[in-house]
Amino acid sequence: MTAARDPEPLHRRLGVSDDELDAIVDRLGRAPNDLELAMFSVMWSEHCSYKSSRPLLRTLPVGGGDVLAGPGENAGIVRIGDGLAVAFKIESHNHPSAVEPYQGAATGVGGILRDIFTMGARPIAVLDALRFGDPSDERTRHLVRGVVGGVGGYGNCVGVPTIGGELVFDPSYAGNPLVNVMAIGIMPEDRLTLAAAPGPGNLAVLFGSTTGRDGIGGASVLASATFTDDDPSKRPSVQVGDPFAEKLLIEASLELVERRLVAGLQDLGAAGITCAVSETADRAGTGIAVDLDAIPRREWGMLPFEVMISESQERMLAIVEPRLLGDVVEVCERWGAPAAVIGRVTADGHVTVVTGGIAADGSPADGAAVLARIPASALTSDAIVHARRAEPPARRRAAPAPGPAAEPDGDLPERGMDPGAVLLALVGGPNGASRRWVWEQYDRHVQTSTVADATGGAAVLRIRGTRRGLVATTDCAEGVSGLDPYLGAAMSVAEATRNVSVTGARPLGVTNCLNYGDPTRPEAFWQLREGVRGLGDACRALGLPVTGGNVSLYNESPRGAILPTPEIGVVGLLEDVERRAAPAFRRDGDAVVLLGRAGPGLGGSRYAALAGADPEDGPPTLDLAREAAVQACIREAVATGIVRSAQDVAAGGLATALAECAILGGIGARVEVAVEGAPAVELFGESPSRIVAACDPADLDALRVLAAAHGVPAERLGTVGGDRLVIALVGRGATGAAEERGARVADEVDIAVSDLAHAWEHGLPRALGEDA
Amino acid sequence: MTVRVGVVVFPGSNCDADAMHALALEGAEPVALWHESPELLGVAGVILPGGFSYGDYLRAGALARFSPVMRSVADFAAAGGLVLGICNGFQVLAEAGLVPGALVRNRSLRFVCREVTLVPERLDSPFTIAVGERRPLRMPVAHGEGCYVADDATLDAIERDGRVLFRYSRPDGTPAIGPDDAANPNGSLRGIAGVANAGGNVAGLMPHPERATEGILGSDDGRAIVASLVRSAAARAGGAARVVGSTGAGPTQRATGATA
Repeated sequence: MTAARDPEPLHRRLGVSDDELDAIVDRLGRAPNDLELAMFSVMWSEHCSYKSSRPLLRTLPVGGGDVLAGPGENAGIVRIGDGLAVAFKIESHNHPSAVEPYQGAATGVGGILRDIFTMGARPIAVLDALRFGDPSDERTRHLVRGVVGGVGGYGNCVGVPTIGGELVFDPSYAGNPLVNVMAIGIMPEDRLTLAAAPGPGNLAVLFGSTTGRDGIGGASVLASATFTDDDPSKRPSVQVGDPFAEKLLIEASLELVERRLVAGLQDLGAAGITCAVSETADRAGTGIAVDLDAIPRREWGMLPFEVMISESQERMLAIVEPRLLGDVVEVCERWGAPAAVIGRVTADGHVTVVTGGIAADGSPADGAAVLARIPASALTSDAIVHARRAEPPARRRAAPAPGPAAEPDGDLPERGMDPGAVLLALVGGPNGASRRWVWEQYDRHVQTSTVADATGGAAVLRIRGTRRGLVATTDCAEGVSGLDPYLGAAMSVAEATRNVSVTGARPLGVTNCLNYGDPTRPEAFWQLREGVRGLGDACRALGLPVTGGNVSLYNESPRGAILPTPEIGVVGLLEDVERRAAPAFRRDGDAVVLLGRAGPGLGGSRYAALAGADPEDGPPTLDLAREAAVQACIREAVATGIVRSAQDVAAGGLATALAECAILGGIGARVEVAVEGAPAVELFGESPSRIVAACDPADLDALRVLAAAHGVPAERLGTVGGDRLVIALVGRGATGAAEERGARVADEVDIAVSDLAHAWEHGLPRALGEDA
Repeated sequence: MTVRVGVVVFPGSNCDADAMHALALEGAEPVALWHESPELLGVAGVILPGGFSYGDYLRAGALARFSPVMRSVADFAAAGGLVLGICNGFQVLAEAGLVPGALVRNRSLRFVCREVTLVPERLDSPFTIAVGERRPLRMPVAHGEGCYVADDATLDAIERDGRVLFRYSRPDGTPAIGPDDAANPNGSLRGIAGVANAGGNVAGLMPHPERATEGILGSDDGRAIVASLVRSAAARAGGAARVVGSTGAGPTQRATGATA
């Protein structure tokens, strides 16, 4: 793209709109020069500035007694007792992964890990939430192979286990896959290190890799514009990761923190040095003078703007008292991460870029030239905010009223389908089958604290040196979100927290990655607004703080926008890691119990995607008070040892949950499901706030009493045992209504557990055309 | 004084802390050996841990063999010192020629992390004495280049000399000899998971015993291997060293109960 071919003014070519240029002039009191404009263009990108989403995000509940750091910091931090705190955050790397899947995903892992150890926490786990188009499409397969390879290639090498996540296929992601990566770290509370630049006179020290031309404009060009598919001209905007360098950076950074050698620490991600210096200065109310010539480079002839906005990976900025510089350099060099003093903290509140050297007080040396001078706040906290227009689509489905299913539901199982065949198709389908093919490519055990990977639900880590455990999951109800973005976001929070609660763990907080479309399109912005509202309402109802997150907009391609995808990451705490529940059925003769009750609404479900739902059938409803009660009930049941296993009912419905319990336990069950309305709703509906638990029959009364105390329905469905899963449908709605109209309805699921297991094990590699 | 066992820390090692934790569980005193220092600090045994030493650039383990610490480890091994290379440590030993054969990309061409079963081929090696009986041991593998290969003459020789220490097996202990056997995670020839040098004092093992040392992690079968090393190292260190504080049960109890 050269000036000759493109008559657009520079600011527009950098993605800065005319009104944004006016706002820049307003903040500077003059027109920006080209370097300043480049710095603004990346810092005022959607990715860095949250200029469309900030007013919405302010509505989220963030506080809470145990929250040590919340949104606005590199990662959320929550106190967990024993003098320890846990840091966690999820972030997107969607567009880089679409352009260059391996490096895009790898640097996504690297970036989120840096957010964790920047706070002083040692990274202990990664989860990856991935979404792609049709798995039979060759391009999808290329992306899946690349992304999975990149996540594994980086995480495996850097020595952080990848313990869970998601893989979902939906046609809406064909042109714009989603790669969201969550990382978790742990640290002594008193190691909390903030990304601030206090103390004028302190040194700005850059350590780690050198600065090159890779990732120029990643934040603005890639992350903050609608995506035109596989545009090779954008490949230079994708960074290249080096996990080996990151591993050294982790060790160096944590040693600096442990020995209290730094006053502040900030990783370099989007917008590179510009972002790191302006954010640290703004947080501390200081300024930073950058000595451009002192920045170590890996390429000749780099222009000042390239140096200032390069997104070269594996770099860190430390704020260091001059007397500690020798120690800092020694630590960095021992770990093979060379350090250079690139500037000084000043009291003037400005980011100043100088060539020709700076004096000890941060002022330009004799004969030096000032290349840029911008108030730090103008780049960060005082960046532009846009009031976007939100408009719901012209026609919106109403959610169904609670109560018996509407008549269209009743038609579904009559379409000549055997519910057993439906169950096999769901369990063995691309979205329902075991993720083993993916997870086997990830080192899930390094650091020797993985108690359970996410094969059967949420992942569990023990906290070494304590009795406690951490439970982590990611989840998103994108199907429902596509029909009702408010409900979808609330449902995502409900599902993710329920995933954690069924293990017995208490959710500590929520991190989120809001993947939406072009915010200048009123319908897309409405989806975002509704999503944030749903997220906030659900978190308030469940008493959980939002500890941080990331907003990824412009997730559109010429093939259309993605389903609005509010990805939710949750970390929970187990007081006693030995006292936890997993989904697998464990013992012959155990009672199978359903906590909660099915509600109507097949819209957005896997069943609807498979069988086709009536377009008038809305998604199920969500009662957040019921959700909170069900979760509290199962946590108490696990903590008191009443239940032997527990699985939440989510994608694929009750029948799928039962099948997973049977497959994972290698043991069958015989249950009866009373059908009030339509069998499809009971078997495959995805109404929330339900959990399948198994318990010793001797504990059944205790479980019923406990459930009653929480106001939660508890119904015995049947008994664990045998080598088949038998689900008999009983009650008025089982066959009667349909048979009266002469329809043939299979009234029972009866499948060998080994057949279910075979379908589940082989479904994903088969869908992707890979060896098992 | 407890027996001191060194764990080499290369840049890029990522199982060093796990190996030290496992050694401590067996009552040994783990000692970090920094790659740039040739000093072995008087240890009675050495573990080369898993990870990606020097980023595994060029080839897995190819650069680590040239580090100062590896010259000392080679001398230590030549003098009969006990050296156990796990995963990337096995790759380093093979690159350094301290154990026979080589490790190439998995047959699937994909990284593989899963629990496998292996059986000890002999019970009198310094690395297996605490296993007690020929029984299947469950522990994880996690590697991209773990397919053990050697020419037929070498394979025949190490089989004949009893230098095959471990083979992948089915859960019931039946060896997974064939490279395509589902229980052979990487296509290793003759199902070989671990080998020793001619002197029997240097061993390489692809699976991770240090990741299977506590029941909460899914298996503690790896303790027997770590305990074997600790017990053998203690014996070689003479009366000066003993093993204390083990909380192991079963076979590991027998192993760590012994003092030099």
